[in-house]
Order: sequence, then structure tokens, then C-alpha cells
Amino acid sequence: MTVTKMAAITEKETVREESHRSPAFDVERVREDFPVLSQTVNGNPLVYLDNSASSQVPQAVIDRGSKYLREEHSNIHRGVHYLSQRATTAFEGAREKVRRFLNAREARECIFVRGCTEGVNLVMHGYGRKFVSAGDEIVVSEMEHHANIVPWQMLCEEKGARLRVIPMNDAGELLLDEYEALLNERTRLVCVMHVSNALGTVNPIKEIVARAHKQGIPVLIDGAQAAPHLKIDVQDLDADFYIISGHKMFAPTGSGVVYGKAELLEKMNPFLGGGDMIRTVTFEKTTYAGLPNKLEAGTPAIASQIGLGAAIDYLNSLDRDAAHAHEQELLRYATEKLSGIEGVRIIGTAREKVSVVSFVIEGVHPHDVGTILDQAGIAVRAGHHCAQPVMQHFKIPATARASFAFYNTKDEVDRLVGAVEKVIEVFS
Amino acid sequence: MSELSELYQQVILDHNKKPRNYRKLEDATQHAEGFNPLCGDQLMVYLRVEDGVVADVGFEGSGCAISKAASSMMTQAVKGKTKDEAERLFEEFHRMVTGELDEEQTPNGLGRLKIFAGVREFPARVKCASLPWHTLHAALAGEVSTSTENLGPDIDADRVSA
Repeated sequence: MTVTKMAAITEKETVREESHRSPAFDVERVREDFPVLSQTVNGNPLVYLDNSASSQVPQAVIDRGSKYLREEHSNIHRGVHYLSQRATTAFEGAREKVRRFLNAREARECIFVRGCTEGVNLVMHGYGRKFVSAGDEIVVSEMEHHANIVPWQMLCEEKGARLRVIPMNDAGELLLDEYEALLNERTRLVCVMHVSNALGTVNPIKEIVARAHKQGIPVLIDGAQAAPHLKIDVQDLDADFYIISGHKMFAPTGSGVVYGKAELLEKMNPFLGGGDMIRTVTFEKTTYAGLPNKLEAGTPAIASQIGLGAAIDYLNSLDRDAAHAHEQELLRYATEKLSGIEGVRIIGTAREKVSVVSFVIEGVHPHDVGTILDQAGIAVRAGHHCAQPVMQHFKIPATARASFAFYNTKDEVDRLVGAVEKVIEVFS
Repeated sequence: MSELSELYQQVILDHNKKPRNYRKLEDATQHAEGFNPLCGDQLMVYLRVEDGVVADVGFEGSGCAISKAASSMMTQAVKGKTKDEAERLFEEFHRMVTGELDEEQTPNGLGRLKIFAGVREFPARVKCASLPWHTLHAALAGEVSTSTENLGPDIDADRVSA
């Protein structure tokens, strides 16, 4: 048996053996999978509500990463030796898991990157710089994360192109008619987030894609905040580019994926040049490798990407519908409790949201909220959430944000509510 | 919660609610803008310097309770001081909040400003307390802006640039 055949078989087995299902969602059971959660902070049990910034990592992912480092570490796609083959098999196995997670047609459509920011920059350099010229337009939305604004702004500056912005209403929902009115024959790309990190809004992304496609315009979707909460099907969405960050979906930092339709990825220029992305190199001319290697120069974060594969296995081991229902109940409960407190205003009241509650307290700066909550062992994000235009829309400098994962509990919501009441007491 | 009450003392809460010298000086001889891009805090410090003395001082801006109270108490502390005395206070304040100066052991002129010593226990908040002082420092030097991103992780004053 050849090494390649053997690797292919091992890869299949790995993918199969790790997709076992448990029948029901039991939050206390699930919490045991996350060692970081069982610690005290400032004398109180940790309440981790900063999942939108970075989610925690289950033991299975930690184990998979350390197994790689202990037993399989080597460079990929290079060695004829045993370890390199094992590393390559594990790495490409993770790509196959990503393919299934996103329901991409082919694994080569899944480009490994370090995270969403790098992913957007990859498309900006590889696709944007090739296909956008002076007078062209790129459409983003008012609620975008800076990672899906700044690269496009840089491109517009370089090319003399124009950035157009889809407005949102005061609930934090995009205005679709205004969006459609922005599209024209000069629009080269629409770049929109699936789910808002600052507001929790779930955008009607399928509809957004459909309206752009009616005019032949490709759509890039920032899926960083969708991946930990929603099932994603890039074929059903008909996404042209869909980008995810591993560390927002229970994998280590340094992992992430750009999904792109093969025909678009084929047309793109390489992003970074270097090893692994070439076919032949002479001083006169270099020819590039095929997908996905053309877009993956240099040695990647192998352990992290293998960890992403393990995080996908972990998610598949849960009843994701039950997990989602649990998160939605946390959202409902936290929204009800917090908005019941005098002086608290919730920022982001879209009809469809993931379990993210951004709020402000009258007369108290969010950073003071964050510090006082931290003293109670409660981790929230306080700031502009890398979405300064969202803050400008609501005319506030910042918000405090509680973002829930499926491992959070109603008791933790109660702890949050109690601490918010304490903040108001201190500042009254 | 003991550290917390050390940070949010009544005096700080009071200055947050009723900041002193919270106004633009129309007759300012120099001013500077301070900016913390990490949290979006932004403030203007205005000075009227006469014969090397800070005759009047005011500030405006948005920020957390710590930065507002630090700004308010700073204006009280430097009003009527010579530029050199104000600079010396800046140095002492900066060294206190970064843990280089034990305000109880080493003689200093901090007085009521010692209340900010507690911020040392909150590394993420040190810049909130020191931003107004860095802005004052920039205004005294005739610079127009300062930003915490230029200050480095430990807010090394030597690295401030215009």
C-alpha cells in the first residue's frame, strides 16, 4: 500500500470515528468538558460571558492539539518521512472536517488562515486588488467589525474606488431596500457579516446574497460570530466567500478558514508568496500551485488547525439544535432581566439575534461596569467591540457586552444581573 | 470587593459625577488632546500659562469614572503650580500608578492624588488614570496631541511622542 493511500484511509477513519452523538443537551454535563470554567476569579466562581471575543476550548480539543505536539509534529506537505505524513494526514483531515462543517463542495475550497482578519485581507489582496479598479464600488454594512471595513477602505484608497455603506435601523437591523438601492454596475463586491459581534443581530444573509447575485455581484460573508451559534451551509447560502475564526468556535487562536467558490479562488492572485504555494520557481518565473496551496504560503499553524478540526468534532457530538435552544433561552432570560433594571438600556434589539446582550447603564461608563463585574468574577467585554461605526450610530462611546455560549447557565445570568445592580448601587 | 472599594472610593465617584474645571478655556495659551484608542477615551486639556505658572486649567472629554476623576483632580492639583512643579507631579503620579514609586515611603508632593494608587491593582485601568496626566505633559511641552498607543505597555513616559 502506498503512503498516500494509507493516509487517505486514516483520514477517513479519523473523520468517522469522532462524529458520535449524544441524545440530549445537558448544560452541567457540557460544562465538564471545559476545564477553564471550573476556576475562581477574585474569590468567585468564574462566569465567562466574553465568548464573542474568544470562546473557551473543550478538553477534547486540548487533547487533540497536545497529541499532535507529542506524537505527530512535523512539517506538512514536505516530508517523505513518517511524521510528516502523519502531520499532513491530520492537517488535511481537519480540512475535510471544515468542508463538512460548512458544507462546501470540495475541501480545496477551504483555505486555512490564522483567523477572520487574515481571511478578509486574503480576499482583499487576492481578489480585490485584481478585480477592483478606479470608480468601482465595494459595499459593506454599518454594523461591520473593523476587520471587514478597514481592508476594503485600504483597497478603495489604493484603487480610487468607493466604499458604500448599508445603513441599519435603531434595532440594529440592516435596511434591505436601501441595500439594494446601493447596488449598481460598478459594485464589485458586497462584504457583510452574518452575525453582528456588537449587537447580536442575525442578518438575513441568504436574502442579501440573493439580491447581490441578481446583479451578478459576489458576496463575502464574515461568519466569525455565526459559526459558534448557527449551522452553516455555504451552498444553501450560495456564498462566494465565507470566513470563520477558530478561536470564536472553541478552537485555539491561529486557526480559521476562508471558504471560496473554486472558480473564484482559481481566478485570485496569491496573497502571500513563499514556500508551499508554488509549482516551480526560477529566477525568471514562478508558477503557482493549485488550490488550496496557492493561497497558503509558508508553514501554517498546524496544531491550531488540527484543533479546529477537533472543535468541529466536538460541536458535532452535541445536539446543536438543543444547544441553540438553550442559548436562545439564555438570551431571552438575560434580555428580560437586564431590561427590567432601571437605568439599563439594551443596545441591539433585532428580531433575530444570537445570545449576545450589549447594554449601557445610565451615568456609568462601560469600562467601570467591566471592572466591577470582573471583581465579581464575571468576564464581559467593555468597549467599542471593534465596531466604532455601531457606537457612532447609537451615539455612545462603548457598551458592556455579555455574550453567551451553550455552556453558560441561567444561574450565571442571575450573577450578572446581581452584579449590574451592584454597579448601579456603587454609582448612585 | 476590598480592592474594588479601593479603586472606586467616594472621592473618585464624586469627581466623576461633578468634575471640577470641566470647561474649555477660551484664553488658553496651550492645549493638547489625549486619546486612548483601546477604549475610545478622549479628552482635551487646556492651560493658561503666565510667567511659567499654570494660572488656569480646564478639561473636556468622555471617559470612564477613573479617567474623569483623574482629570478633575489633576486640574485642581496643578492650578497655581509652576510648570516645573506640574511636571514633577506628572512624574510622581506616573511612577505611582505604574508601581515604581511607593507613595507612602518616598517623599512626594502627591497629597490627595495618592487615592489613585489603587489603580495599580487593575493593570487594564492604569492608562485611564494616567491619560490626563500624559495629556497635561504634552500640553506643557507645547504638543497638540498624545495617545496611549505611543506610550507602550508600561506607559513609559520617555516614549511619548507628538
